Formats: sequence, structure tokens, C-alpha cells
Amino acid sequence: MLPKQEVVAMLLAGGQGSRLGVLTKSLAKPAVPYGGKYRIIDFPLSNCANSGIETVGVLTQYQPLVLNDYIGSGQPWDLDSMNGGVHVLAPYQRSSKADWYKGTANAIYQNIPFIERYNPDYVVVLSGDHIYKMDYSKMVAYHKEKKADCTIAEMEVPMEEASRFGILNTNEDGSIYEFDEKPKAPKSNKASMGIYVFTWSKLRKYLEADEANPNSSNDFGKDVLPAMLNVGERMFAYQFEGYWKDVGTIESLWESNMDLLNPNVELDLSEESWKIYSRNPGMPPHYIAKGAKVQNSLVAEGCNVYGEIDFAVLFSGVYIAPGAVVKDSIIMPGSRIEEGAVVQYAIVAENSVIGKNATVGARPEEMENKDEWGVAVVGAGCHLPAGAAVQPKAMVDASMFEEATK
Amino acid sequence: MRGNNVVGILFSNAHDDKLRELTEHRAIASVPYGGRYRLIDFPLSNMVNCGINKVGVITKSNYQSLMDHLGSGKAWDLSRKREGLFMLPPFSGEHSSVSNSRVESLAAIKRFLKNSKEEYVLLSDCDIVCNIDYREVISAHLENQADLTIVYRYGKVPEKMTDASVYTIDPDGRVLDMLVNPNTEGECNYGLNMLLIGRELLMKLVDDCVSRNLYDFKRDLLQRNLKNYRVFAYHFTGFAQQINSTNTYFEANMALMQPQVRNQLFNPDRPIYTKVRDDMCARYGLGSVVENSLIADGCVIEGEVENCVLFRGVKVGKGAKLSNCVIMQDTEIGENCTMSYVIADKDVIIKDERSLMGFQSYPVFISKGSIV
Repeated sequence: MLPKQEVVAMLLAGGQGSRLGVLTKSLAKPAVPYGGKYRIIDFPLSNCANSGIETVGVLTQYQPLVLNDYIGSGQPWDLDSMNGGVHVLAPYQRSSKADWYKGTANAIYQNIPFIERYNPDYVVVLSGDHIYKMDYSKMVAYHKEKKADCTIAEMEVPMEEASRFGILNTNEDGSIYEFDEKPKAPKSNKASMGIYVFTWSKLRKYLEADEANPNSSNDFGKDVLPAMLNVGERMFAYQFEGYWKDVGTIESLWESNMDLLNPNVELDLSEESWKIYSRNPGMPPHYIAKGAKVQNSLVAEGCNVYGEIDFAVLFSGVYIAPGAVVKDSIIMPGSRIEEGAVVQYAIVAENSVIGKNATVGARPEEMENKDEWGVAVVGAGCHLPAGAAVQPKAMVDASMFEEATK
Repeated sequence: MRGNNVVGILFSNAHDDKLRELTEHRAIASVPYGGRYRLIDFPLSNMVNCGINKVGVITKSNYQSLMDHLGSGKAWDLSRKREGLFMLPPFSGEHSSVSNSRVESLAAIKRFLKNSKEEYVLLSDCDIVCNIDYREVISAHLENQADLTIVYRYGKVPEKMTDASVYTIDPDGRVLDMLVNPNTEGECNYGLNMLLIGRELLMKLVDDCVSRNLYDFKRDLLQRNLKNYRVFAYHFTGFAQQINSTNTYFEANMALMQPQVRNQLFNPDRPIYTKVRDDMCARYGLGSVVENSLIADGCVIEGEVENCVLFRGVKVGKGAKLSNCVIMQDTEIGENCTMSYVIADKDVIIKDERSLMGFQSYPVFISKGSIV
């Protein structure tokens, strides 16, 4: 019998993230690199560690190799603790049947035995695709204070954007009376952040009922939460203030990286009291050569910069050749930008090579038709031949070039 | 494959006195180097990379910062059930209270040596920056059926090297003669203070020295026994720099601007490990101008930086101009400062508009935590 844990966190990390296209071709979304040295999952894991949550279950399903490897023992996040720690929970075969995780609620349902081992009072459900810093212990305290059954974190978004979110309509005491999924005429601007605190005994009951319902899609937002609200369980909204971004699309991933270069954005990753931890590549400091031009950029260890970068995020081990130009772009670990290549408004994934004088992306002001503009994406391991061009908004992956050279 | 029948011993305080201010608050082993490392990271990683599973670190004084750096040894993969990292602080027993010589230090860790089960011991100091493949030294030792193998380089003996040992070596690599601190001008074979020796033999030689009241490692333990044992030499040809003065410290940092030096020291197959700090990446602001510099994580640069090594968490204010400087962890440089040939230790604050100038042959040193 393991010692009781008051709070267990369950991190939903199984989604494919199909909107990220080639970036998640062989990588689960939470493992997508972010901010020069992180992967997206570093944020919820570091938040757990910094909030004092010692037990975290990570639910994986899609392309788990890199993610499993990355989480390892949980040591980089101080989550290799004696009694709790981080556990990777993949779907598994039972004596009677075998199922993939059919939905977010089903993923938790299938892991009821994992949660029960710790006999927790509360379960925190998190997603693996958000960039934010949040003290979950304050949210749990609020949940207790309100004697709630379910607490949902919300943040205020501009009213004109509210119709893109799941909106929570609340009474004055913060209790929720209505969910409004992507409403055409939103009544409030309180958007759900996909972060939930449940009283475990209640959640367990609803998960079992949901599983027994053959018509359910086994999803928290679509099935479990509405079911709880219909019966009149105590559901509260917890207001979060600060930086939060869903990085589920190419545009939002690009923007969120660029936010790190904007002094007016309130996301400070250097805060001593709330560090974001990550697995370290163990490379030497980066080198900026004579003749290089470096401005408004984030540069990770192990980089060698001989060319020009402006508004760039360079991950570890990136090489920028003399005469290469990288602007408003993200270059992921181990990629090389060769001489004379120009990369603008682009995301170049891991271990790619942008050949000599190749161009990737373009500035929006250079486009005749603004609708054709977008962030260009080069998939992992692509070797772009010399002089090649990748148009704005285009996505290329390694297989395209293998065929071309055959 | 891990495990190779060798136990490592590092002398963390050897030649502390050479670096004056740099070692005022720390052992030479924990002197910061190269933007994110401490000197001990090099010998320790070299040992781990050749498969050594057990390393003892002999400490004598000022080892608080060293212990803080090494912790459990996790960063070097030495926090383990089977063997791992062992701190060997002074032990007052039958020998003097704090060991002053290398022979005394080894006598004081007799129990550690006796309880080790590895057949060989690899001894090294912490003041030489290099990336050496000890597997080659070990196989040469076995091939030569040597009793002792020393590691040497060929060239001019570096200035100010303490008790430099110079060897005469026959074509088979056997050491014929050894001179300690001779007056040499030309090029010669000089030792790098790394020694591979049988564990039983080391204990025997140490006991022998102690029983005769002889405490000089080089003269009494090595030189005196040269003819009695099969002593061989391994020629190391890669980059190696001994840090034995403020000037060589400065030069060793500046050497990192050369790509071939970085490639040799930071070989991806034999990485140099260090304690992780979890800083965010270095940030460059609008108007920053950086050339020929090595910059670690956590730096925030808004000024001009040329030919500098900046350690983790250094801040350079707007309009500041730095050239030929080594700036250690978390030092903050205010706006419009001008600095040239300055070594600033950790946590220094340089207020706005200050101007500090040293010279190549005499860099200005600012000690830990100072406010200028």
C-alpha cells in the first residue's frame, strides 16, 4: 500500500495534434520543442513540481517514443520521488478486452486503478498543449474553500475572440450555471483553459456512469462536465491571470515562441521561484562568430552563429552559416542553415538542413495576396537542396525530398 | 559498456595557491571555466566517459562550493548503487590532521583504496582542461604490461607549471628517466599529472614512502622507483591547457573562441557534463552587437560584446561595451559601462557608466560579490 497523496495530477498527452501537421508526424504534441530549450510538456510538469504535486500520471497514446524517453524517471522536474513521481500510462490489454483511449474521460477511466493506489482526495486533470505558469495548489485551495465537486480554470479573453473558446457562464459566487462551447453570441468572456480539479470520489462515480453510457463520446468537455452540471453538482470557475496559450496550431506555436522575445508579454521563464525545468542536452555555451549579427533573439547552448538572426529562436546545436539570414523564425535542435539561405516567418523542425541559397517562407509585406501568406514549416530531418524554395504557409517533410532525389 | 576495473582519484586542491583570488573562496576544482563548467567537470567527465564507475575526490580545504557543485554526482551519472562518487575530505587518524602532500593524502584514504575492488587506479589533478580518451591509456597500460603509465605532451613546458616533470622515453614508450622541475628551454616530454597504476602497487608504494618519512609524490614515490618498475608513457596530442595563473586562466577561456579547440574539448562522443541550472536560453535585445564570443544560458544582452566568455545568468546593460572579458555567473553589468580585459567573478555588480580597463598581460580581476 502506497502512502496517501492528497492530490494526483493526470496529464492528457495522447493527442495527435494533427493541426501541427509535419511537426507531429512522428512526435506527440506535448513533445514538440518550444522556447529554445523546452518541450511543451515541461510547462505542466514544472507547474506540478512547483505546486508541490508529487504524483503525476501522463496519459500517452500517439507516437509515444520521444515523449517516454523525454520523461524518463522524471528527474529533471524533481518528479523521481520515492512514493509518487511521474508515471507514463499507455493503454494496455486486459484479460477481457483491449481498448485504445477512446476519449479524454475514458483515458482517466482506464487508469482508475492507478489513481486508487494513492487514495487521493482530489484529482487535477491537465492538458499537454498549453504554455503557462500556474500554481495548482492555489486552485486546489479554492476548490476546497468552495466545497466544490469540480473546479475549472478560466481566463478572460477579448470578447471578440470569445466565440473561439469554450465559455463558462457563472453566477456571482463563481459557480457555473452553463457551458457554452464556441458560442456565436457569447454571454461572457470567461474561457475554459482545460484545467480541472475534481473531488476524486465524485469524478470516479461520473467516469463509471459515463463508461456505462454507450452513446457517450467519453470526453470531459462534451460528456462528463455537462452530466455533472445537469445533476446540479457544485461546479466553480477559478480565475487565472497571466500568460496562457494553447499551442495546438502552427500559428499559435509560432506566436507563442515569438512572445518570449516581446518584453511586453508577461511570460518570464527566468523567474527564480517558478523555474521551468527541462531535460538538458549538455552542450557547451553557444558561440557567436565575428561578423555575425544577433538581435532580438533567444539562442540555446551548443549553437554556432556566423550569419544574421533577428527575432529568431534557436534551439540547441543549431548552426547558422556565414551569410545565412534567419528572421522571425524558430529553428529546432540540431538544424543547419547553410550559406546564403534565407529563412523568414518559418518553423524548421529538428535535424533539418536548409541548403545553400535556399529560401523558406516570406515576409507578409512582400506578398501580393495576403491570404496566401502564413508560417512556412519544414519537417524534421528534411534536407532542403541548395537553391530550393519553400513557399509561405507551405509544409514540407523529409519524404518529399527523398522522392525528388530518387 | 560501463565498468572497466579502474577507480578514479581526483585531487581537488592541488595547486590552489597558484590562482590567488580565484581560489580564495573555492578549491581549484570548482573554479568556473568556459561559460558553464567548473574545472573538475573535465577530469571527472573524462573518467566517466572511459567507463570508470567509481571516483573518489580528495579535498583538503575550501570544498564547500565543490560539494555544492558535485552534489550526489547525478550530473555525471555517478549517483548509483554500485559504486559512484565519493567525497574524501580530510581524515584525522594515524596520519597528520590535514594532509599537506599528495603522499599523505593517499595514505589518509588507504581504507578507500583497500576497500575498492578495482585492479587499477587512475590519478589526476583538476587544473588541466582537456578531453582525453582514457580507454586508450588503459589499453596501452595493459598492452605494455606496465606497472605505471604516465600521460605526457610534447612541447615547451608551460610557464609557471608547478614541479613540472620531464621524461626521457624510449621508442617503445618506456620511461627511462624523469626530471622534476629541470631547467629546460627547448621542447620536451612533460607530464600532465595523470597516472594509471595498479591499486595494490599504489598502496605499497605509499606505505613504503610513509615508512621512510618521504612525502614528495614525484621525487620519492615516482622518481625513486623508476628503475624498479615498468613505467610507460602515453602521448596525448589533443588540446590541453594547465591553469596555473590568472593569465593562463584568461588564455584558456579565450582559447575557446577557436573552433578546433571547441571541437576537441566538446567532442559529442565524450561530452563534458556539469551541474544543470535550468536557466532559459540567452536573450539578445534590440541593439545588441555580439562578435566572437561564447555565451551561456540565462544571459540577457542588450549591449556590445566582443571576444568575451559570458557565464550563465550574466546581464549586460544597454550601451555597455565589453571586450576581451571573462564574466562569471550572475554578474550584472550596468548601462554604458566600458570594460576591457576584465575577469569578473560570480555575483559582481558593475554599476552604470563604470569604466574598467586591464591589459592582455594583466587582466583586472574583480572578486566574488563585489560592487563596483
